[in-house]
Amino acid sequence: MELLVSSAIGLLTAGGVFLLLRARSFEVVLGLTLLSYAVNLFIFVMGRLAIDKVPLLREGVAPSLANHADPLPQALVLTAIVISFAMTAVLLVLALRSHAEYGSDHVDGAEPPAPEPRRRNP
Amino acid sequence: MNVAAPVAIAFVAGLLLLALPNRARNLAAIVAGLATLAAAACLWSVSGAVFAGEVVEVSWPWLPFPGADLGFRVDGLALVFGLLVTGIGALVILYARYYLAEDEPVARFHALFMLFMGSMLGVVLAGNLLLLVVFWELTSLASFLLIGYWQKRADARQGARMALTVTGTGGLCLLAGVLLLGRMAGSFDLDVVLASGDAIRAHPLYLPMLVLVLVGAFTKSAQFPFHFWLPHAMAAPTPVSAYLHSATMVKAGVFLLARLHPALSGTDEWFYIVTLTGLATLLVGAYVAIFQHDLKGLLAYSTISHLGLITLLFGLDSPLATVAGVFHIMNHAIFKASLFMAAGIIDHESGSRDMRRLNGLWKLMPVTGALAIVASAAMASVPLLNGFLSKEMFFAETLRIESHGLMGILVPAVATLAAAFSVAYSVRFIHDVFWNGEPRDLPRKPHDPPFWMLVPAGVLVLICLLVGILPEQFVRAILEVAARPVTGDRLPEFSLAIWHGLNLPLAMSALGLAAGASLYFSLQRLINLHEIVHLPRGGKEVFDALLGAVLAGARRCTKAVANGSLQRYLALTLVAAILAAGWPLLTQGLSTGAVPATPVTPLALLLWVLAALGAGGVVVLRHRRFVALLFLGLTGLVVSLAFALLSAPDLALTQLLVEVASVLLMMLALYWLPARSRPEVGLAVYWRDATIASVAGLGMAALTYAVLTRPADGRLAGWLLANAVPGAAGQNAVNVIIVDFRAFDTLGEIAVMGLAGLIVAALLADFHAGSGSARPRGDRTASLILATAGPVLLPLAVVIAIWFFLRGHNEPGGGFIAGLVLALGLMVPYIGRGNAWMSARLRSDFQLWIGWGLAIAGLTGIGSFVPGFPFLTSAYLAPALPIVGKISIATAMFFDLGVFLVVTGATMVALTAIGRVGATQSTAGAAR
Amino acid sequence: MSLLAAQLPVLPIAIPLMVGSLLIIAGRRWPAGAAAAGLLALLANLGCAVALWQFTADGTVLPYLLGNWSAPFGIVLAIDRLAVLMLGVTAVVALACQLAALDGPLRQGPAFPALLQFQLMGLNGAFLTSDLFNLFVFFEVLLISSYALLLHRADRGALRAGLHYVIVNLLGSALFLIAVSLLYGTLGTLNMADLAARVPLASAADQPLVAAAGALLLVVFGIKAAALPLGLWLPGTYPAAPAPVAVLFAVMTKVGIYAIARVSTLIYGAGAGALAGFASPLLLYTGLATIIAGTLGTLAARSLRRLTAWLVVASAGTLLAALGSDTAASAGAALLYLPHTTFAAAALFLVAGTVAVARGPDLEDRIEVGNAPGRGVLLGSLFLFTAVAIAGIPPLSGFVAKLIVLDAVSDTPRWPLTWSVLLASSLAAVVALSRAGSTIFWKSPPSPQRVPVGRGALAALALLAAAGLAIVLWAGPLAGYMNAAGEQLAAPSAYISAVLAATGWVAP
Repeated sequence: MELLVSSAIGLLTAGGVFLLLRARSFEVVLGLTLLSYAVNLFIFVMGRLAIDKVPLLREGVAPSLANHADPLPQALVLTAIVISFAMTAVLLVLALRSHAEYGSDHVDGAEPPAPEPRRRNP
Repeated sequence: MNVAAPVAIAFVAGLLLLALPNRARNLAAIVAGLATLAAAACLWSVSGAVFAGEVVEVSWPWLPFPGADLGFRVDGLALVFGLLVTGIGALVILYARYYLAEDEPVARFHALFMLFMGSMLGVVLAGNLLLLVVFWELTSLASFLLIGYWQKRADARQGARMALTVTGTGGLCLLAGVLLLGRMAGSFDLDVVLASGDAIRAHPLYLPMLVLVLVGAFTKSAQFPFHFWLPHAMAAPTPVSAYLHSATMVKAGVFLLARLHPALSGTDEWFYIVTLTGLATLLVGAYVAIFQHDLKGLLAYSTISHLGLITLLFGLDSPLATVAGVFHIMNHAIFKASLFMAAGIIDHESGSRDMRRLNGLWKLMPVTGALAIVASAAMASVPLLNGFLSKEMFFAETLRIESHGLMGILVPAVATLAAAFSVAYSVRFIHDVFWNGEPRDLPRKPHDPPFWMLVPAGVLVLICLLVGILPEQFVRAILEVAARPVTGDRLPEFSLAIWHGLNLPLAMSALGLAAGASLYFSLQRLINLHEIVHLPRGGKEVFDALLGAVLAGARRCTKAVANGSLQRYLALTLVAAILAAGWPLLTQGLSTGAVPATPVTPLALLLWVLAALGAGGVVVLRHRRFVALLFLGLTGLVVSLAFALLSAPDLALTQLLVEVASVLLMMLALYWLPARSRPEVGLAVYWRDATIASVAGLGMAALTYAVLTRPADGRLAGWLLANAVPGAAGQNAVNVIIVDFRAFDTLGEIAVMGLAGLIVAALLADFHAGSGSARPRGDRTASLILATAGPVLLPLAVVIAIWFFLRGHNEPGGGFIAGLVLALGLMVPYIGRGNAWMSARLRSDFQLWIGWGLAIAGLTGIGSFVPGFPFLTSAYLAPALPIVGKISIATAMFFDLGVFLVVTGATMVALTAIGRVGATQSTAGAAR
Repeated sequence: MSLLAAQLPVLPIAIPLMVGSLLIIAGRRWPAGAAAAGLLALLANLGCAVALWQFTADGTVLPYLLGNWSAPFGIVLAIDRLAVLMLGVTAVVALACQLAALDGPLRQGPAFPALLQFQLMGLNGAFLTSDLFNLFVFFEVLLISSYALLLHRADRGALRAGLHYVIVNLLGSALFLIAVSLLYGTLGTLNMADLAARVPLASAADQPLVAAAGALLLVVFGIKAAALPLGLWLPGTYPAAPAPVAVLFAVMTKVGIYAIARVSTLIYGAGAGALAGFASPLLLYTGLATIIAGTLGTLAARSLRRLTAWLVVASAGTLLAALGSDTAASAGAALLYLPHTTFAAAALFLVAGTVAVARGPDLEDRIEVGNAPGRGVLLGSLFLFTAVAIAGIPPLSGFVAKLIVLDAVSDTPRWPLTWSVLLASSLAAVVALSRAGSTIFWKSPPSPQRVPVGRGALAALALLAAAGLAIVLWAGPLAGYMNAAGEQLAAPSAYISAVLAATGWVAP
């Protein structure tokens, strides 16, 4: 299980980082979203893996790590999710505006001076 | 008190003058003049004590460490120098009153002039080395402004900048040197420093310190090879030259040599560096001066040469040489100031400074001529004039060099040669200007200037004569008191007689005079001097080349590093992060822990496959954006399932809702972005990024695994679980943390959320189809589906939202989830039916929701001030209600209400903004 | 302490929060009132800083238990000398920003005062909290507010700059989260004082993880502080900001510096056992490299604002180098240099912005001949004054700060290198600024239209100048305070015990 989780986080990170390094704003957004999945999972599992140990306290069940998952990382992830959602929204609109301004969705606001790339979709 | 007053007076006057209207010529001159005289008077008032051998000091604390006090100190040297600075200053002010034209900003001139005088007096009177450096730098700054006074003239601007750069460099070296010097002496207080010469000379860092200090002095005093800035500073108005380049600015360097002489001199390093620099400067300056056709150019190079002479004297490092050095400082200041004034008068009256055109002025301006002749005779050290006396002492000292091998022959020889040169250029100054034929097409017909413009030069020339003829009576006392501190109270016996009998020094003078005169006339007759255009190569060219190279280099480097490419910056940042985090892991080794592995469940395996599929899909199909988006959604879904599997229901819910919201957002955005990416260029980039990405992925995986196999430290978790119910009356530990234990985090989080909403709204407010190159793309089938779904979803959403909100504290749910549910329910019809349809039914300014939400959350926090508890302290009671079950009316609930409002508000603001654009777009689309 | 005094530590966060949210609600209806309310709140904030200074000047560390939960379980604010210093500097700059915004093109945006309040909330929160994750949250608050301010007037330049700025910082946030949670995963706590207490106890097997987390944190803060090679985004971003916003941005890099100073001395400081001070050499050399990069940029810059931005980079390098020199004295010197460079850079940004307006859209603040701004005299002297201050020429604050830094690092082994770099960079600043000034103000013919310098901008400049002069006049006592702050950083035990020992209040 640990191996699964770790490798999954690794995969998401790699994908996210690769997309983050692309030149098109939309792909960067995709990348950052993937990265945030990875990071959220990472934060979450820093409280270690727990199955069927929902952190909902019930009478008769001792409120301890033995019966419940660590709630703190979960709270942190909640915060992280919200913040990255907000940031993604801002980034998205920003990308949209700058594409409208510059007529290009290149992150530097201008097409690179390169051999004119052939359009696949006219 | 009177010790610091001169500086203060000068600065105050300067600031006062800045306030004056620029045209107030007389007023400005009067204010400046009076201030200068007042400063001089203050100095005079302590002269009695100083002549009695006292050192008058005053000091205020400023910087306890490194130990810069506002200390001022008047000893003989400072007194005489101060009187020189103020006295000549007063004369120059009078001169400038007549020199400057009505239409110039005269008040500003005098203001800058006084600021400069204040700085110079500061250098002279400072009793603390760091304070001295402060004023030293100020003289550079003030001279920059004075030289650049005629802003519109290119040569003035360049000259000013060059002077600032060269002397500024020296200033920084001096600062470094002084800091070292202070550490060696254990204090920056001048008394202490002067007293601890032996400790300084013995210190291992003596040589670097000496070099730094000397570079400071040499740049200021235009010593070879730093001399080149001075001739270019001649672009300044002549009063400025008369002041800065005779008595003050350039004298600051040699003053420093004199000031620190007891502490620094007495070593071979000192002897060779200072003597040879002085010698070179003496010779080069004198030689080049001969070939200047510009009056001020000639004077500039002669100044350089005389400064070299003074430096050389201090380098020789014998008590008598030191006395001679101090003496020549005074003499040179006096005759050179008068010569600059004369040159200025000639320029002012004839409109030219070119000695190839200025000829035969004797008939036209005899008075000026007379003054100039006497002054330049002093410059040529003709007997019965002050220059002669110090030159005699100089010759005598050059002959007294024992040891130091060849120097004993070299120095006197070069001295004599230089003397000949200086005679040559002095003779030229006189002969070329006042005789040697008739004036050649001068702009104006020159004549003697108004009386008051002649007075300053006259006074100075008179002093030249008095000192030259009656030295014992006029100058001995002054010279003694000035020289004593420089010789470290080892003041030698010296004679100021004009006639010492027939001896070698006299022979050298005579030789110099004869050779110089014949040199000039032979140059004039044999090879017409006027034809020789001798522009000294070197200094300026090297300086310009160097500066140009530096600037070009800087441009190249900057362009290479910061090329404005985001991809480059991100790659650099990632690499830095990988290296930073990887270094300790690789060097110290990353070990896994001993915790037994959790068994793999089939569901987990399936999720892993799906996640890999999703992530891979996004990466591979990124060019086809809608498809990539679907894969992203899949991945997000898997993540939320993973949360559910790993016993985090709140996370699962939130992740799911956020996923829906953000995918919808991206879909809307895709109306406006290209549906496909252009193929990228450069395979190398791919490999670079792929490498970075895979290393980052491996790193994260390794970190995760390393932690997961270690035992958890359950301290916090245990406490939080144990205290959730008793402490915060909540059974949902996560929600309790969100709204109570760590509610402060949540406060910040909703602030972020709310601001995000505002930003989105602001960015899209003035954005519509056709703004910029905005062209809608993509189809709206998705939104059509939503349109039909809308009416059904909305009421459902409201109910679910309320339900989630109420049970949040004990069950999965809470303000955030409720808010998102409601927002999603609201947004669906928005996208479907567009803005108009919806806002007809629901009119609410969601920006207000954000504001109120934040306010309520904040007030909940402040509310706990009332019972006297810290911000965000919660109180609660927990009744049981039908349907929802046991809930808790905790103050945390109001907080959660705030969260709910902000989340709904922000999401709605964002979505309506985009929705509105979508609406206008559809009409725009119809229009096309 | 009286009841309000007891609540003092949270006010620098609570006041801007409340005023900000009220301005969101009501601000658009009464723009003038909004600006006034904003100014009042900023003054109150300054007052809080002063009051807190009085409580902590003697070395006390004030803890404040949010929600009355004690550390490490809840979030605790902790105010020491450094925190107060940052509060004060920020308060002054924020005030200047609001003043400058009064006459700027920003007036029509009533949102501005509100956004500024949240910016302040984020900054103050970052300075006051002792909880690492909470620090992350406040970083996000101040970042999103800065996006809002940067994009306040979304013109072309701002859009591209904004895009870069946002993306770079999103990456930074991800790294921050990784580092924080890694620390939680290994040491099981988030409170910095608690971390400081636990780092030395970390097992040899855990140390690499803890070190990795620390290094990641340094990278994250390095992005904010514009350390080479993480700060290359800055010179492109700041010049795109409207002048009043750029004024505020002068303090943004200092947040990174603050965080580096806090984390490297508290968590990885002298008491960190095997990991003690592992960052110092890194900081020193990064700092020196950053100074060099900033200096080259200064020489290469073709516009005043870009020149200023590069000067900000160089000053960040100076601060890093001083911190990396790793003595209490050098830390103290850095803390004296910090307010100076913040005020000076803010003023220069404002002057540059005014010049740009005065010279018209086709020249702006480019270092080219043409259209000397306005009548030149006023603006020219303002430029001269700020240039002298920032270039470290006597007698203004720059010289004092430079002097103290030079003196402080002269006890460290690498002093010759540090000295040469510092002195060379200030010479380069003199060259660059004198070239720029003489080109724009001397060489250029006076521009036809006379654009008067706005009252707000003048007030802001006056405020910043006064602050700078205060540094010169009270250099002695200030240096003393900074030194004490440096020693407090070097010996964090007081901070740690104050935070961990603080217990909740009981009902009165």
